[in-house]
Amino acid sequence: MKKILTILLTAFVAAVSLALSPATAQRATIDITQGNVDPMPVAAPDFIGADEQTMGLGRDITGVIMNDLDRSGLFQVIDQRAYIQKPESVNERPRFPDWRLIKAEVLIVGEVQELSDGRIQVSTRVWDVYSNEQLGAVAFKTPADNWRRAAHKVADFVYKTLTGETGYFDTRVVFVHETGPKENRVKRLMIMDQDGANPIPLTDGLNYQVLTPRFSPTQQQITYMALFDNRPGQVYLFNIETGEQEQLGNFRGMTFAPRFSPDGRKVLMSMERSGNSDIFMMDLSTRRLTRLTDNPAIDVSPTMSPDGRRIAFTSDRGGTQQIYTMNADGTNQKRITFGEGRYQTPVWSPRGDLVAFTRQYNGRFYIGVIRPDGSGERLLTESYLEEGPTWSPNGRVIMFYRQTATRRDGSGGESQLWSVDLTGRNLRRVRTPGDASDPAWSPLLP
Amino acid sequence: MNKFLKVAGIFASLALISACASTGPDVDTTDTSDTMVDTGPSGPVPGTQADLEQSAGHRVFFGFDQYTLTTEAQSTLSKQAAWLKEYPETRILVAGNCDERGTREYNLALGARRAEAAKSYLVSLGVDAARITTVSYGKERPIDPRSTEAAWAMNRNSTTTITSTGA
Repeated sequence: MKKILTILLTAFVAAVSLALSPATAQRATIDITQGNVDPMPVAAPDFIGADEQTMGLGRDITGVIMNDLDRSGLFQVIDQRAYIQKPESVNERPRFPDWRLIKAEVLIVGEVQELSDGRIQVSTRVWDVYSNEQLGAVAFKTPADNWRRAAHKVADFVYKTLTGETGYFDTRVVFVHETGPKENRVKRLMIMDQDGANPIPLTDGLNYQVLTPRFSPTQQQITYMALFDNRPGQVYLFNIETGEQEQLGNFRGMTFAPRFSPDGRKVLMSMERSGNSDIFMMDLSTRRLTRLTDNPAIDVSPTMSPDGRRIAFTSDRGGTQQIYTMNADGTNQKRITFGEGRYQTPVWSPRGDLVAFTRQYNGRFYIGVIRPDGSGERLLTESYLEEGPTWSPNGRVIMFYRQTATRRDGSGGESQLWSVDLTGRNLRRVRTPGDASDPAWSPLLP
Repeated sequence: MNKFLKVAGIFASLALISACASTGPDVDTTDTSDTMVDTGPSGPVPGTQADLEQSAGHRVFFGFDQYTLTTEAQSTLSKQAAWLKEYPETRILVAGNCDERGTREYNLALGARRAEAAKSYLVSLGVDAARITTVSYGKERPIDPRSTEAAWAMNRNSTTTITSTGA
């Protein structure tokens, strides 16, 4: 028990100490410190089932759990072919020496049972292989066709049990699905599970392009920008449950770069008037619009701190794009980035401790994080073109999109979703059906 | 009348293809062999998009991250203004565009700046502001999809399109 917690604390402490390293400040180097933080070895035999159906579900559920844990970068799932013991019941004590022999530190044992009402019950125990202790146990009841969500909930339980932090696996991602040539791109809104399963189109992409969707932190609602032909683009609201959409206000100028406030009651956005863009906040119940910046420079990409007190945004008032913060009423505006190149698309972490951003420097694009006071900048990834970071609801993982260069013969130019953890070590492609951009992570599902 | 507009529309779209190569800054011209447009001995129909493109040019180009008008851009816009005075019933859309070397949201704002810069210059030359609407497409409507300096230069523009001939 002690040993496990120590290992995981090391993992997180390491991430923090990287953040403090002064050598990385303001420099365009990727912080890929191949430190001694090893992922924890976890064994997860297929969840037990009494008949063919529950055995099949058990296999599928275990696959989803292992994939979640593996992709987090904190766990190394040991190949099932190495397992010696085959658990017969979720209620028996494992033969710990068998699991120690294959170097597992944690063992996840589960069972799928069919209930009399047709639903299934997924029961799970998490064992410490070295102390022979149970670390936690949980059971979920759900309709059989909802087994994926049950699996993500189990993975979230394991994550929480072993790290002490809330997981992020039972979540969804909205994004822009892209098809067609770059000159005439069809961009429609899609939603999928966090691991890329169950992609569903939400708009048809016929009359406008969908750009920059964002999830409400409190409701099944999205805000995005619709880019039309021949008239200025406008911010929209989209209700995921009903499919209803509505334009948020009716303005002569373009409205864009929308983002919900943490309480879900307001939408921050930029509005353009006579060519100049400033930041406004709209109250969703009264539809009253409040101006927050009034500057002859471009002010875009507002994002509010989780306590609702501060707003970060991009402005070129200093000559190039940099990130600024201000109070929620627009007062006390100050610049927080001073490195070379351009800093854009700030997104406040749901934990409040960091702001993710896109930095352009020397012809390359980077995703990085910085503390809200401007200290501790760290760059996590780098490529030809990447932007649009979005946080996992626990503030530990950032998803973004990356576009490759288009070669002279017209090949290339693919746009894909990626995720990276705060250490920068765990960079993963996120599976999407075709090209994708502008991901937005949902809160944990209720 | 309908017929006239249809013909004009065809000319306009043909001319669009050729204009990319003829007015762009420093561009590979290898793929322009198919742009021979037979506009007849009398040239494009006066007052049409094709006419605007031939007599004035419908695109002006900007430097990286810039929205100030170069002397070349001012010269093109002066010709547009003169043309617009000749056809006072015409209404236009000025669209601001950006290259892919920027973030989506900033480029939407920058495209609005570019459209506004072109519009303001036209207005300063006496074109009625009420005849001009502006739109920004950010980096979402590249002319040249390739990731080359030449393509980026081409994609940083404001483009003038006739929305109504007033007739």
